[in-house]
Amino acid sequence: MKYLEEFRDPDVARLYLEQIEAAVARPWKIMEVCGGQTHAIMQYGIQELLPDMITLLHGPGCPVCVTPLEQIDKAIAIAGQPGVIFTSFGDMLRVPGSEKDLFTVKAEGGDVRVVYSPLDAVKLATENPDREVVFLAVGFETTAPANAMAVKQAAALGLSNFSEIVAQVLVPPALEAILTSPKNQVQGFLAAGHVCTVMGYHEYEPIAARYGVPIVATGFEPLDILEGILLAVRQLEEGRHEVENQYRRSVRRTGNESAREMISEVYRVVPRQWRGIGEIPASGLGLQPAYAAYDAETRFKVDTIRTQEPEVCISGEVLQGWKKPPDCPAFGGDCTPETPLGATMVSAEGACAAYYRYQGLPV
Amino acid sequence: MCLAIPGRVVEIYEEAGLPMGRLDYGGVIHQACLAYLPEIKVGDYAIVHAGFAISLLNEEEAQRSFDIWEEMIRKADEAGIPLTGESQSAIEPSE
Ligand code: SF4
Repeated sequence: MKYLEEFRDPDVARLYLEQIEAAVARPWKIMEVCGGQTHAIMQYGIQELLPDMITLLHGPGCPVCVTPLEQIDKAIAIAGQPGVIFTSFGDMLRVPGSEKDLFTVKAEGGDVRVVYSPLDAVKLATENPDREVVFLAVGFETTAPANAMAVKQAAALGLSNFSEIVAQVLVPPALEAILTSPKNQVQGFLAAGHVCTVMGYHEYEPIAARYGVPIVATGFEPLDILEGILLAVRQLEEGRHEVENQYRRSVRRTGNESAREMISEVYRVVPRQWRGIGEIPASGLGLQPAYAAYDAETRFKVDTIRTQEPEVCISGEVLQGWKKPPDCPAFGGDCTPETPLGATMVSAEGACAAYYRYQGLPV
Repeated sequence: MCLAIPGRVVEIYEEAGLPMGRLDYGGVIHQACLAYLPEIKVGDYAIVHAGFAISLLNEEEAQRSFDIWEEMIRKADEAGIPLTGESQSAIEPSE
């Protein structure tokens, strides 16, 4: 396919690797923020190809992984109620709640449906005026424009039977949380190319300056990732800490303005729990007061939820780059993609699932 | 949810008051909402996320990368670095 295969060219990859080799003189730890990048790194074996002095740490940019357990449990409780059509992106169905997952609710007779676009959920609400259609609005800044438009569209169509559980999260506050932790190991970031496509990269400039870390907005194909690493390594070796844009074919400094406007019309910034990590101030999105009527968490009565995570799961440490999946005693044993104990084993973008799929078991 | 690849717009239409498009991914057609790319035309490449086109692929910038790589490969050839030789066709894609 055009504009895809070109970015997987093995000869250019090899030449980038030589340039990285030539540039690196000291050991560096670089975090790729997005789970899509983690997936590509494992799929193409990029860590193994890099000089030993470069360690890639896998970041928190996996929406399925960080959606708080409490909201998953609420989703499960609402999805089981009579009269509800519960809609979600497909990869949320296997995310473990405290007791079960959405897939189990469906198997038990709940009307749980996978949608490809949140507009499909709005359409279901139009077609089923006697049912309540609830959409689980998860994701980073990349899905926020889509999920915001669904609310806007429901309002435009005068629908009173559509609502969202808004579990949106934001990248920059998470990077700050990682950098300010006493356990931090990250020296440079590959920022998530599609988040930057929506938001631009100007919001990373104060972070790069304040913490002295290079941040490179990077795409998802092997050559994107290798070029991103090269740019980050050059900055680190030269003592620079700037924001650079590797993913120029998609990212502009100010992002997609009309998408950003829609996000701030429908959503406002709120504190948010990150699964496994804890609360990060100003790191989530909730509905603006003008759209509060579309909030499923207030529309549906849900008994107080007591969340329960399996003790063995270290996904929070994995998501902050402190540990790698094989450091978890359950990895590949009790915890596999078929029987996930933690959310990072569920999605293709989760580090545990990516390690399991492409690296097999630790020997 | 987050592995967006570029598709080519083959048709633009309206549905429930929103601009929509059909995009071709090497023969597979998906639809997407185009509300966030008011300038988009048939034939453009776009990156779609969760059913919404979020960016118009900048073909000039992509071409700039291809040119840089071509130069890298030419220099490597001159320096006698053995390569697979498959790059030229890969870097200059045919429609
Ligand atoms: S392997 Fe499973 S239990 Fe261990 S950290 Fe990953 S998701 Fe959690």
